Amino acid sequence: MNGFMDQLTAFLYAAILASVPLLYGTLGEILSQKAGNLNLGVEGMMYLGAVAGFLAGYHTNSLVLTLLLGMAAGAFGAAIYALLTVALKANQNVTGLTLTIFGTGIANFLGEQAKLNAPMGTVFLSNELKALLSPIRVAGLSDLPFIGPLLFHHSILTYLAILCGIGMSLYLKRSHLGMNLRAVGENPAAADAMGIPVNLYKYVHILVSGALSGLGGVYISMVTASGNWQPNIISGQGWIAIALVIFASWKPLRAILGSLVFGALSVLRLYIPKDLIDIPSAFFSMLPFVVTSLVLVISSIRMKRENQQPASCGINYFREER
Amino acid sequence: MRRTLPQMHIVQRSDIKPLNAWGYRLLAVLFALSMGGLFLLILGYNPFDVYATMLRGALGSAGMQKETLKLTIPLALTALGILLAFKMKFWNIGAEGQIAAGAIAASYFAYFHADLPKTVLLLTMAAAGFVAGGFWGLIPAWFKTRFGTNETLFTLMLNYIIYYFITYLREGPWRESVGGFAAMPRFPKQARLPEIPFPFVGNLHLGWVVLLVMMVLVFIYLRYTKQGYEITVVGENERTARYAGMPVKRIILRTMFLSAGIAGLVGMLQVSGPDRQLTDSVGGGRGFTAISIVWLARLSPFGSVAVAFLFAILQKGSSMMQTEYRIPASMSDILQGIILFCVLGAEFFLQYRILKRKEVAA
Amino acid sequence: MQFTPAIQLIRLTKCFDSVTACDCIDLDVRRGEILALLGENGSGKTTLTNMLSGIYQPDAGQILLDGKPVIIRSPRDAIRQGIGMIHQHFKLVEVMTARENILLGQQSLIKTNPEDAVKAFGLKVGLNKKVYDMSVSEKQTVEILKVLCRGADKLILDEPTAVLTPQEIQSLFDTLHAMRKEGKAIIIITHKLEEVMAVSDRVTVLRKGVNVGTVGTGQTDRFSLTEMMVGQAIDLDVKRVETPPGQPLLRLDKVSAEDDSGRTLLKDISFTLNQGEILGVAGVAGSGQKALCEIIAGLENPSGGTITLDKQPINGLSPREIIKRGISMAFIPEDRLGMGLVGGLNIPDNLLLKTYRDQKGFFLKRKPARLEGEEMIRKLKIVTPGLNVKIRKLSGGNVQKVLLGREINLSPKVLITAYPVRGLDIGASMTIYDMLNEQKRKGVGILFVGEDLDVLISLCDRILVLCAGKVSAIVESQFATKALLGMKMTGLKTDKEDEYA
Repeated sequence: MNGFMDQLTAFLYAAILASVPLLYGTLGEILSQKAGNLNLGVEGMMYLGAVAGFLAGYHTNSLVLTLLLGMAAGAFGAAIYALLTVALKANQNVTGLTLTIFGTGIANFLGEQAKLNAPMGTVFLSNELKALLSPIRVAGLSDLPFIGPLLFHHSILTYLAILCGIGMSLYLKRSHLGMNLRAVGENPAAADAMGIPVNLYKYVHILVSGALSGLGGVYISMVTASGNWQPNIISGQGWIAIALVIFASWKPLRAILGSLVFGALSVLRLYIPKDLIDIPSAFFSMLPFVVTSLVLVISSIRMKRENQQPASCGINYFREER
Repeated sequence: MRRTLPQMHIVQRSDIKPLNAWGYRLLAVLFALSMGGLFLLILGYNPFDVYATMLRGALGSAGMQKETLKLTIPLALTALGILLAFKMKFWNIGAEGQIAAGAIAASYFAYFHADLPKTVLLLTMAAAGFVAGGFWGLIPAWFKTRFGTNETLFTLMLNYIIYYFITYLREGPWRESVGGFAAMPRFPKQARLPEIPFPFVGNLHLGWVVLLVMMVLVFIYLRYTKQGYEITVVGENERTARYAGMPVKRIILRTMFLSAGIAGLVGMLQVSGPDRQLTDSVGGGRGFTAISIVWLARLSPFGSVAVAFLFAILQKGSSMMQTEYRIPASMSDILQGIILFCVLGAEFFLQYRILKRKEVAA
Repeated sequence: MQFTPAIQLIRLTKCFDSVTACDCIDLDVRRGEILALLGENGSGKTTLTNMLSGIYQPDAGQILLDGKPVIIRSPRDAIRQGIGMIHQHFKLVEVMTARENILLGQQSLIKTNPEDAVKAFGLKVGLNKKVYDMSVSEKQTVEILKVLCRGADKLILDEPTAVLTPQEIQSLFDTLHAMRKEGKAIIIITHKLEEVMAVSDRVTVLRKGVNVGTVGTGQTDRFSLTEMMVGQAIDLDVKRVETPPGQPLLRLDKVSAEDDSGRTLLKDISFTLNQGEILGVAGVAGSGQKALCEIIAGLENPSGGTITLDKQPINGLSPREIIKRGISMAFIPEDRLGMGLVGGLNIPDNLLLKTYRDQKGFFLKRKPARLEGEEMIRKLKIVTPGLNVKIRKLSGGNVQKVLLGREINLSPKVLITAYPVRGLDIGASMTIYDMLNEQKRKGVGILFVGEDLDVLISLCDRILVLCAGKVSAIVESQFATKALLGMKMTGLKTDKEDEYA
């Protein structure tokens, strides 16, 4: 029995670890869509964040620079997207997809470049730097049975992600700025007529959304890949994050739950005893994507007015449109 | 007198001539290449040398031209497939998975029915590839028509699902142990595409004929048939299509089947032509690249083939760049991204005009 | 003169592509005055006011507020300058409540809280109601509140009466008069003459983007205003063509419908449409007109009841199946480019929409459609640079001619039209009425969904009034008055209930 509890704790703990990058990506995309911009470039922005953070850590050994550059790189990708879709009114779908191609290319390029220039042909981060992102014990709480090690023994990036989720929920629901933002995403013409600077709102939130995705990327290269650069390091997590936005029906708090579920799915393979269920590991790897598809289908079947995509999401706004 | 109007503002325009529009786009591409050059410069390379190497690597000899054409075939054919769906404003970004589905189905016949006569076997493989790809595309299309399920994400998820399915085949039932690595066996001779001469470059697998035929077919289909007309109307305005009594759902399903079927055919051509076995990289990012191609070609079948050729030069050239300069080949993705960004930006100037104020005395 | 106008426009000009929407327009409004801006559709009224509210940037000219020249770069600037714009197409966030909609934007600009404003002007609206649950007149009230709470002293109302019943119009005018008394400067845009006469102090008339003159309302009359507006003295009367009573053609019996979320759209609709008759449909916007048309046309399925066309039941049949039974029905939907036509295609390709399926074989023959198109351009005097022009580029009136022309060429037995003259100028409107009357003479049964009660009364033989998805009355036009129709539209009972039943 004890063995089972240990196993369960380990599984849930791993699920939380795996959920963090998804949560960053999802929160970022929620913010962007609330501003009326569907950004299919989450995967690309995560790549940018991952490689920038990684290289910053590799060269400077500074956690602050790692995080800052990771966020800045994500925001840089978002800035390209924002410039094209907001200022130049380019098609949001194509721009987002291009951002993914671009970000993937840059990350693989720079990572490979670093490897080619490294003495042993491998690049990894120092243990001191990784230690800074390792789990922190919270005095008292961490020693509680079961929930102690499960909930109060995490990296700062994990706590930060949860805080972002809660903060964003409050922002959207309770604050005046959040209300204005929702108006921008629902009906930019109405927002504009009320004197809300629509484009400014879009720029700011798209940039923040990029920074969040970038942070998710940093987490993947620093924690998930334990500081060891590999090509194609994000491998579809950005896309799952976008699907999670639908799963969470554009609500940050539900995004926390959703990313946990998908985190659990992605680590399930390692924790299901072989004597219980013995299916090829490829099917386990497939699982998050299968479930995401199911989520897409199910959420399209039961649609409620309040739980939908912001009405003008995906459509660019031009004030003088006739 | 005080100025009483802002200096500049943006207005819509509709008077741009097609030729000028292409001029703008060309400028954008040149601008993009110079941005890429700047990037190379920052990394410490001479961009002119690098670009020259790329061109040489892609077109320098008959052998290289042949390799470039080998890359063009799947890219262009995938683009033709995607084009059908995009014309209907159906965001099929799952061509990669549809290629894989076609490849698996074709491989099944190659592995297990190699006793058939060669022509029969190849035709069966092609048909199986088309149908399997088409079926893989029908799944999201059906859910889209039935429940309005978001096709963008669904088609993309199906890419990953089929990818891991190939992994399963490789590690499981279709595994052939070669020195400890899990891999799939090579195709028997029977199941390999014949090669026929392509002007100037020598023998090239049959895919190029398929591509040229398909290019003409897609053009005629969209331009001159009732079904093509239906695709245009549904793409332009689904409500009008329904109002006019068009069977919109059937049109979406049919078109998606064709779109994904062509991608499936690409899968068959890849495994049976250059690859000669099933691998998990059969999709190889072609789904995304094909979207860029179709978009840059403004949904024109001939244009898509031309742009695909240019992208193939980019890809082939990048691998040459890697061997000569040790610049990672993902440079081609970066350039592809920059080119698209620039052309996307340039579209703005085709649709809008920035007006400078002329002062009018009050 | 010693007064300073609250709003003064000097030679304001705005072009779109090659069209000059406003050409050197001068205009002024004083405090405590209601100025009516009168003009046909397409005369530049909305463009002009959009420049005042910061939506459009003028190409040239000057705006003076309270005597001071200003630059209005955005709606935000306009609000700061005390300009309040009430747009014809409401600018409201559907999923938010009235209060949220009112409070949107910069908080410091809110001068009065919504509750106080509601009280001060005696308005009726639930501040906690979601906009998507509101009627059109409630939505308009919210729009007015948005402006009032920001303390605007210069109000612009763009076609505010288009969607209201006569009674609601009256109460809107009362509100406007109350605001005038407070010293606000008000511009009201309209193309309805009697509203001009009823509410305004002065009238400025626009024609084809040019200010053709400003007159005191007391010193003018409907005829001279018409002449100013249209440029010639024309007979504005829509005529009813008398035809012998015909056989019943289309019969609805207790037809009901619901939307996806189960809300009632139509409830127990019953009526008969006869040959050679125009049956008008009146009602407040959103009373079920759209559902009614689309159900008859076979685009939506009724949840109950029967529809018979030419003695054949057509319930639940798709448009295609209806055509297959050899019963010809034409439908001119209200959203011409959104539903009836494809804006990105040229004229022949649009003409093919309903007939291409009758062609044999796999390939599409465009030749017949080209010929049909050429003939249509000639017969209906469609103004177009050519056959191959994308239909989106044509003006509203020409677009409507193509649509109506195509539908009439199907030689329908029943013609359903929804708001066929919306957005058209007077000349084009008259052509459309003539075309409908011609069809009526041929024995076609016409269902005419309209919004202008005067037109409905003079064009139609009978008028069916819809109220909240139900038939609240079917009235012979000769006995119909606007007041009566208005009351029926809002579901009020009249003493003479039985007389018209």
